[in-house]
Amino acid sequence: MTAPSTNTAKPATGIAALLKTAFTNALVALVLFSLMVGIRTEAGSSGQLTYWTRFGELASLVAVVFGGSIVIELLRQWIGPTGAERLVPPAVQSGMSLIGGYLTPALLIFTLLVPVIFYDQRYILDLAILVLTYVMLGWGLNVVVGLAGLLDLGYVAFYAVGAYSYGLLATNFGWSFWVCLPLAGILAAFWGVLLGFPVLRLRGDYLAIVTLAFGEIIRLVIINWQELTGGPNGVSGIPRPSFFGIPLDNSDDGFAAKFGIEYSPTHRIVFLFYLILALALLTNWVTIRLRRLPIGRAWEALREDEVACRALGINTTTTKLTAFATGAMFGGFAGAFFATRQGFISPESFTFQESALVLAIVVLGGMGSQLGVALAALAMIGGFELFRGLETYRMLVFGMAMVLIMIWRPRGLIGHRAPTVFLTKAQAISSDLVKEGHG
Amino acid sequence: MSGDKILSVDRLTMRFGGIVAVQDLSFAAERKKITALIGPNGAGKTTVFNCITGFYKPSGGTIRLTHDDGRVIALERLNDFRIAKQAKVARTFQNIRLFPGMTALENLMVAQHNALMRASGFTLLGLVGVPAYRDAEKRAIDLATDWLRRVNLLDRADDAAGNFAYGDQRRLEIARAMCTEPALLCLDEPAAGLNARESAALSELLLSIRDELGTSILLIEHDMSVVMEISDHIVVMDHGEKIAEGTPREVRDDPKVIAAYLGTDEDEAVAVMESGT
Repeated sequence: MTAPSTNTAKPATGIAALLKTAFTNALVALVLFSLMVGIRTEAGSSGQLTYWTRFGELASLVAVVFGGSIVIELLRQWIGPTGAERLVPPAVQSGMSLIGGYLTPALLIFTLLVPVIFYDQRYILDLAILVLTYVMLGWGLNVVVGLAGLLDLGYVAFYAVGAYSYGLLATNFGWSFWVCLPLAGILAAFWGVLLGFPVLRLRGDYLAIVTLAFGEIIRLVIINWQELTGGPNGVSGIPRPSFFGIPLDNSDDGFAAKFGIEYSPTHRIVFLFYLILALALLTNWVTIRLRRLPIGRAWEALREDEVACRALGINTTTTKLTAFATGAMFGGFAGAFFATRQGFISPESFTFQESALVLAIVVLGGMGSQLGVALAALAMIGGFELFRGLETYRMLVFGMAMVLIMIWRPRGLIGHRAPTVFLTKAQAISSDLVKEGHG
Repeated sequence: MSGDKILSVDRLTMRFGGIVAVQDLSFAAERKKITALIGPNGAGKTTVFNCITGFYKPSGGTIRLTHDDGRVIALERLNDFRIAKQAKVARTFQNIRLFPGMTALENLMVAQHNALMRASGFTLLGLVGVPAYRDAEKRAIDLATDWLRRVNLLDRADDAAGNFAYGDQRRLEIARAMCTEPALLCLDEPAAGLNARESAALSELLLSIRDELGTSILLIEHDMSVVMEISDHIVVMDHGEKIAEGTPREVRDDPKVIAAYLGTDEDEAVAVMESGT
């Protein structure tokens, strides 16, 4: 709820000043975009340089900047000088907190009904599964980054470990999904501890770099260990999950035949939807429980002040390791789900970009907030799909939306922290007081 | 010095590279008494504290802690969290180190981490919610409530610690240290930044910790009104060495102490020391 702190100068008043600002901004845009957008160069058929101009696009961009700066300036004047709290009027704030109380149950009921409402729309169901996968990954990473305050840029490594654990165990030994799921989680947690040991002494930037490297190491090992992982070709033919032993296909002993209903490929999609929903809710439930247990409080205390933790007799080493392991375990579960959904996995699915995306979800959601992370995953993954119509400008619009959100809410969508225990009344703790952790 | 010693520091030396911060320091703290460590800035008091509480590993010397049951623990061999966990030595910090984003109650709950971890079966039993853990948590909340009442912060139990006034933060930090149920409480300048009224309340609090709970206290303090009022024994340090020790009265009249505090101008020193009492 903080307004941008840069516009502390008294806002310009009057039409002349307004136009002047807009004109200056448009001029800057013209200079910037004349080379970036206005002239397009390419290598011609015989290697010579060809170029052509795109003055139409250039003009429209400059016009957007001109119009945009007038609108922003007017908004500023309407809102008044940077009264940080005035960006959102109190009436709207109280209304939002009222909605906030009903938001979680409403969202949950809506999510449960998604397969019913959109039964015929395969695209929406697939998208919903994707969003839920990222919700789960976000909730998993939230334990490490949001609660324990350890910046982990290599979270995708555990996602990969989970996916490959299931993929390889299922294709080589024919083990079922339900046996492999816990194994995938355990293996990922094991790798989480393994990563944890060398990075325990590191803090902040150093920790981030080492975890980043760890993510890349796992990916490179997968690419190069061809005998086991199939290298860049990946693992294919990963079995689909069964409904408690009943395959969801159109065979004679399949789900449709057993229950005497007409076979539809949507059955499997709906099943996958509820599977990932259950896994995500399990992650959420466990995290909420853990927060109220001494280990969860120790994670948050570690984020707040590590030295004080040691002075209180908390073993910071094991506390950090459990945070890594717990986060990694959920990543492993999500990975196993990913493998069974896709039926095919390759190292390409586990690049740094995935880690960055999940981290962006956690940061955007508000570190430590379960609801915030869910909303952020919806905004990031769903929003990204929403802008698909914009084609080449998709990333630009998306990036701009992110920047705006971070200006509007620098501590994420839900920045405040709910206490884990209270005597008389649970009061939300302002994000200004909550530390982000230092490694 | 006679009596029942809880802490005995023997020939403690701490070097940082070529700099000797503490040189051959020997002193003892008596059980159920308040021992003060005083000295000018840079005398090495906080270094001694950091050695006792495991934040530094001493270059030489021994630090022995004797528990009520006769158990003797060599503190110089334990490191960081084990001193608080096993030896039951709690400390506060010169620059307050609370968990600002957590409520006062949560701060005190974190302090009971080890006891609660055991009760929660190292999380596993707590996760499924066994009644034994719920009872233990309730007891922990009761202990925290009791301490909030003692430090007069009960009505602010659910406020974020970072929102507290400076003096309240100091008292909350002491309450947090006491929630670890320590045998020895080490306070690093607990009266720093407090006004006269708050200092008086602090003295009262420390005396009640000593008299009602029988916890031994070791404190570093610059505020002479607090030191002289509550200390049973005072150790004076300068340039990493002990220059004097004794009762408040003995120390106050010691010319070496006066000289150390205010150069060699003893008249001025005497004036300052007396105005402080």
